[in-house]
Order: sequence, then C-alpha cells, then structure tokens
Amino acid sequence: MSDLLGILFVLTGIAFFAAGSIGVLRLPDLHSRLHALTKADNLGLGLLCAGLAIIDGGALNAVKLFLVWVLVLAASATAAHLIAQQALRQADK
Amino acid sequence: MMAVQLWQLLDLLLAGLTLGLGWAAVSGPDLRRSVVFFIAFGLLVAVVWARLRAPDLALAEAAIGAGLSGALLLSALRDEPDAETSDDVRGGPVAALVSLAGLALAAAFAWVMIHTLGAADPVRLADQITAQLPNSGVGNPVTAVLLNFRAYDTLLELAVLLAAVLGILALGPARTPYRAAGPLLDGLIRWLVPLLILTAGYLLWAGAHAPGGAFQAGAMLAAAAVMLRLGGHTIAGLPRPPMQRILLTAGIAAFVLVGVITTGLGLAFLQYPGGWSGGLILLIEAAATLAIATTLALAYIGGRPAGWVSEGSADTTTKIGGRD
Repeated sequence: MSDLLGILFVLTGIAFFAAGSIGVLRLPDLHSRLHALTKADNLGLGLLCAGLAIIDGGALNAVKLFLVWVLVLAASATAAHLIAQQALRQADK
Repeated sequence: MMAVQLWQLLDLLLAGLTLGLGWAAVSGPDLRRSVVFFIAFGLLVAVVWARLRAPDLALAEAAIGAGLSGALLLSALRDEPDAETSDDVRGGPVAALVSLAGLALAAAFAWVMIHTLGAADPVRLADQITAQLPNSGVGNPVTAVLLNFRAYDTLLELAVLLAAVLGILALGPARTPYRAAGPLLDGLIRWLVPLLILTAGYLLWAGAHAPGGAFQAGAMLAAAAVMLRLGGHTIAGLPRPPMQRILLTAGIAAFVLVGVITTGLGLAFLQYPGGWSGGLILLIEAAATLAIATTLALAYIGGRPAGWVSEGSADTTTKIGGRD
C-alpha cells in the first residue's frame, strides 16, 4: 500500500518535471522559461523526494531526502533570481 | 529479470548521454556553452561512477570534476571575454592529429581491457585489499589504499598539488574580485558555507569507514571558499597569507613528519606502527584536507591574494584587481 502511494508521488513528480522541461523548450522568453523551470522542478523534486521517502520507510533517509529538497529549493530559487536580475540589467542597458 | 533489463536500459542511456555531452563540450565554437556542457558531463560521469559502485570516485568527480573545475573554467572565461568564441575548434592539422591520437589511445585501451578482462588467472587487487583491510586501521578500502597501502603515492599527489598552486601563485596577483552579493545570494551563502564546512568535517571523519576522505572534504571546503569569493569576499574566507603558507604545506608536512618518525622507529617510511594506523591516517587526512582546500581556493582566486608580498623582490601586488 505504501509502495503504491510512493510510486504515485514519484510519477506525479515526474509529470511536473516533464511539464517544466516542455516549458523550457516551448516558452518564448527567459523569464517565463525560468518560471517554468523553477516552479515545476521544485514541486517535482519535492514530490519525488516524498515518494522515495514513503517507499523507503526509514525516518533517517526521509530527513536526508527532505534536506536534499530544501537545499535544491534554496539554491534554485536564488539562481533563478540571479539569472532574472542579470537579464533585467542587460535589458536596461 | 525485468529489473535487470531496466537497469541495463538506464545504463545504456547514461553511456549514450555521457558520450553525447562529451562531444557537445568539445565540438562547439561557443566556449561558455562548452563549459556548461562540461559541467553537465562531469555530473553524469559522477552518476556513472555511482553506477559502477565507486561512490568515493562519484563524490570526487561531482565535487572536483564538475563543481570546482567548472567554477575554474567559468572564472577563466570571465577573465578573457574576447576568447568566448574560439574559431579554430574544428579543423586545422593539429586538431586532426590530436583526434587521431585520442582515437588510437582509446583503441589501445579497449584492446588491453578486453585482453586483461579475459585473462585466465587474473591478479585481483580487490581481493588482496580485502584480505589486508583489517590491518589497515580503517574500514573503507579506498582510504586504506590511499593512506596506507600506497600512502607514498598520495604524498606525491599532494606534492603535485603544491607545485600546481605554486605555479598559480607565480602567475601574478589575484583575479578581479566579484562585487558584493545582493541580499538573497548573501543569505544563501551565509546559510550554505557553515553547512559545507559541516559536510567537509563529516566526509573527513566518515572516510575511515564509508565513502569520503581528504580529497572530497577538501573539495567541500574549497566549494565554501568559492561561494564566499562569488559573494564578494575578496580572499574567500582564507586566513592571512602566513597562515595560508602553513596550510598549503600542511598535508605534505604531516605525511613527511609521520614518515620520518616511522623511519626513526626502525620501520619503513610511512609504515604505521601496529595499532596506530587509524589515528595516524586521520591526522594525515585532516592536514591534507586543509591543504587541498587552501590549494583549490587559491587556484580559484587565480593568483596571489592581497598580502603575498615576497621579500627582496619589487613585487607590489598588494592591490587586488590589477590584471596586467
């Protein structure tokens, strides 16, 4: 039962990754691409980590997976902010 | 059965992607794009090592091969904005010769691999290491090899690193520092640097019985230095230059000290006395971690930071920012 739930989480996460990837390829400009990438990947990775934690069942690994997610969340949000800021600066010139 | 086939499919995909990214990294004219491909290539190679059940190598490849090398290449590009596109990547007799030599080397390597793997009675080093592991003082076979069975090699590796960083320091003053980070990046740095230091300490300690060790821990500390430098800290969190000199040579110093003492005790050079192996390995690894971290941080800074004025020379490189 918990395996099934975990697989459901992982598959939903993969769907978000796929949507984000399609967004990066299809959306017209940098800012909307960043939007697609960060939003989808953050949620996708969260669901992926949650799914893996459920399948694994161990508390310690769940904490580790949660940390992975939080670190990627902080890093990718900051990176997206920096890229967007740089793009705005260049557009101003 | 199904699971095996699925893994094989993933491995094939991984191998194909690695080759494709490798080709993309060297074939395009846009150097910035090449560097990005190279970083992605390094991360994939790390996954390949993990799949080959070599987590130590995977860690080192991800931290040094993809992370720090990528950061070094990007900062080198930043220094040479004119060189962002190179027009002679393809073509030219030299490029053709290099490609041919590379192909010949790969073919020779494949030939040797096929013949040795099929040998009737191979000498399996892994078996010998497993047999001797209880005598090594550590439980991680990679650490046992690096710091006990072939400690002499590792000592010389640290000497190579020292020679490399001396070359970098001889090149001139440090690269132009980055401007101070905005509040968001600064917040991330404040948050990540302590975490990286903690991770480095963990990797150093864990190296005795699990994947990790001096090189991975040093790379983590150096990553913290790179983050600080990117955030506008000019000397990347390094101590003052006299201390930098001590740290740079700490790894070799610890190694040689242990070697000289063991020789004095009547043992071979770097032959650890029974029961002392674990502690001595940890001591050497701790010193090596600091040396490797300082080396990599100075390599990233790209020259002498402020304060590295040598006596007796007309060296006036205390100002940072000159790149002449």
